[in-house]
Amino acid sequence: MHHKVVVVGGNRIPFAKAGGPYAQASNHDMLTAALDGLVARTGLSGARVGEVAGGAVLKHPNDFNLTREAVLSSALAPETPACDLQQACATGLETTMYIANKIALGQLDHGIAAGVDSASDAPIAVSDPLRRILLEASRARSAKQRLAAFAKIRPSHLAPLAPRVAEPRTGLSMGEHQAVTTTRWGIDREAQDLLAAASHHRLAEAWDRGFFDDLVTPYLGVTKDALLRPDTSVEKLGGLKPAFGGPDGSMTAGNSTALSDGAAAVLLATEEWAAEHHLTPWARIVDAEVAAVDHPGGADLLLAPVGATGRLLARQGLTVDDIDLFEIHEAFASTVLATLAAWQDEDYCRSLGLDGPIGSLDREKLNVAGSSLAVGHPFAATGARIVPSLAKLLHERGPGSRGLISVCAAGGQGVVALLEAV
Amino acid sequence: MSALEKAFYSPVGRKVAAKAGLAEPPRLRRGRTFPHGAIVLAPLGGSTLVADTLTMLGRAYESPVIDTGDDAPGYGDRIGALVVDATDVRTAAELEGLRAVLRPAVRGIERSGRIVVVARPGGTGAGWEADAVARGLDGINRTVAKELRGGATATLVYAHEGVTPGDLLSTLGFVLQGRSAFVDGQSWHVRPAATAVDELAERPLEGKVCVVTGAARGIGAAIARTLARDGAIIVAVDIPAAGESLAAVANEVGGTALQLDITADDAGARIAAHVAARGVRIHAMVHNAGITRDKMLVNTDAARWGSVVDVNLAAQMRINEVLLDSAVEGGLADDGRIIGVASTSGLAGNKGQTNYAASKAGVAGLVISMAPDLAERGITVNAVAPGFIETDMTARIPFVQREVFRRSNSLSQGGSPVDVAETIGYLVDPASQGVTGQVVRVCGQNLVGA
Repeated sequence: MHHKVVVVGGNRIPFAKAGGPYAQASNHDMLTAALDGLVARTGLSGARVGEVAGGAVLKHPNDFNLTREAVLSSALAPETPACDLQQACATGLETTMYIANKIALGQLDHGIAAGVDSASDAPIAVSDPLRRILLEASRARSAKQRLAAFAKIRPSHLAPLAPRVAEPRTGLSMGEHQAVTTTRWGIDREAQDLLAAASHHRLAEAWDRGFFDDLVTPYLGVTKDALLRPDTSVEKLGGLKPAFGGPDGSMTAGNSTALSDGAAAVLLATEEWAAEHHLTPWARIVDAEVAAVDHPGGADLLLAPVGATGRLLARQGLTVDDIDLFEIHEAFASTVLATLAAWQDEDYCRSLGLDGPIGSLDREKLNVAGSSLAVGHPFAATGARIVPSLAKLLHERGPGSRGLISVCAAGGQGVVALLEAV
Repeated sequence: MSALEKAFYSPVGRKVAAKAGLAEPPRLRRGRTFPHGAIVLAPLGGSTLVADTLTMLGRAYESPVIDTGDDAPGYGDRIGALVVDATDVRTAAELEGLRAVLRPAVRGIERSGRIVVVARPGGTGAGWEADAVARGLDGINRTVAKELRGGATATLVYAHEGVTPGDLLSTLGFVLQGRSAFVDGQSWHVRPAATAVDELAERPLEGKVCVVTGAARGIGAAIARTLARDGAIIVAVDIPAAGESLAAVANEVGGTALQLDITADDAGARIAAHVAARGVRIHAMVHNAGITRDKMLVNTDAARWGSVVDVNLAAQMRINEVLLDSAVEGGLADDGRIIGVASTSGLAGNKGQTNYAASKAGVAGLVISMAPDLAERGITVNAVAPGFIETDMTARIPFVQREVFRRSNSLSQGGSPVDVAETIGYLVDPASQGVTGQVVRVCGQNLVGA
């Protein structure tokens, strides 16, 4: 990279369960709130920011310019350009890399990366036959033609279609896919519940020590992540019924992320711009790698980041031991556990084209301030949540500390990024 | 709004209220506006202090009408203000001079006009009679303030020996302008200072960092807006839970939001770090954040007591200690300003608010004690004491009680948050260097209180 890219601040709204306190808030509203909080924290009111990249996974058709519209509603200068990107659950990390790469190339000296999702305000589509009939009617040149088109409507066409979080090529939902992975890698129930409980306890601890005072701005009266259960335990989680993988499945509502609403944003800049604007750089963006697996061919849907991690570390000449903190997105507790198992599996790693196993990590370095199981996972927001949190954690540890982010995504994809404290 | 309140403010209700003596309160002149009518200057001796200050303010002045006979002569057009230079008045007999200029002026003053008396303070060794006269002027000021109508106010300024027109400039400017709309019947002191000013600046705080706690709403938000209007770079502080409205205020004034619990041990350090990151020091620290936990004393437990005293008084002392350490980057600059927010409830006592009164009267005591110790560094320390101000907090008081509170002052209305903010703006103005250790009530001359 030509220019050093640093993370100088971040902001998100507290995340909440779908259908909860943000049920009436749109992607536009939440993204605007996340941007406004970032603007207030960093003193950018009225400023023309280089570029804002954002995105959402569940998107209404009229939100085609979601991020630009949110910028116009925000305290930023209306001359701030923006674009929408989408890479499923990795959107927030991909927008980060999009802005970071432009800064590295000298096309920008600062920019904001963001992500938002509302599972509450998901678009409801009409059935495909009905959509075709309506389009035909709108093309009709006479009343007679229009009537003829409408006459084709059948009652069965009228049922609305909510978006399904299912893989188009396999027909399986994400949880169903992960259930296969969970069994294949032999991830047991207790390990999953332990990981879930740790996520809640660590997030609660981070809130208690004021870690989020300069990372989160309350929204609609919600002042803390609403999914957080500080008093949960392995025992309590152990009582939940399986949600995926049949009656003997080990994946429950407690060790799987809930459908959530939320938005997050991160401010990236060159070191020079940060200095000029009196902002303290937390960490620099070192590198990133994206990967995909052949899940229609039977590969584990959510393990694509494993190959990306191996290639990224090799390119940087680093091993797992050189990394101080890991942020592995908790789509499901078993995703994280399967990822860690895959890292240590020589055959699996070689099958990805790696030279050998990635290695094993010290669990004390993993998701130290909690992750998606406790925070929630508004799809596109998660990457933009993790980047500033990790950057701040690394900054607290001191210059040179390295952190790795691993985010799995629908479509058998994954994005991995490396940060280093400055 | 309750049904009773709606009825009261309906057209019929207003008529009934007017008949009952509850007339529509006067609309106060606000902002950086001088009186419309002529400014009349009455020097009661050879002093040219006030004349020179008015000239420096760029205000022309006229000679007073003096009451000599039984038929009080009047002014033709209504006058905007009467400013009396009483700095040469030392004897009881000389108080007649005051009466002679006040009588026509009180009769002929415009709405939101100003009566201002500038005098020497007592207690400076000028003798028993001079001290009596200095205090007597306070009695006159308080009484005139109560007799004035239509939103006009009276103010007494004690200008110490050696005060120059430059030292007096910001005070006289503030008192004459609409910024002092809700300051009535008050007196405070101006001391000689090395003030190098010769004009009243429109934006006296240009480029200066002002930290305001409790800035998310109400009076704090008004302070942020007003100081920003005067050019300040605002650091808006409030508890993390108030972050959403805090962000809106910070963005509105083009400042930064700092989510922070002021009672945290590291609160002062975090404020300093936030400012230090911007490579500057603080010009003004405005301790506005405050809470109430009202209960009659017989029902007040240690928790209610402790939280109020900690937030309203102890926290600002801890923060001051950090910011006043010259070695701390991002601390208070020399020639800086510290503002405490007291309350008439503290000064006068208020049923159900022992804890609040302890903290707020404590703030008054604090600034008086700190001021002389920090004079060497040019740092001034003052407090404002709001009376009944129309905020979300006071909107929760039941309507009838609220209406009583509103009207229990010489201006027959509640003050606006901006009135408190403007007074703070005056005190943090670099030109107000000679004003320190003062507690200025912003209460419309509330019937209760010191």
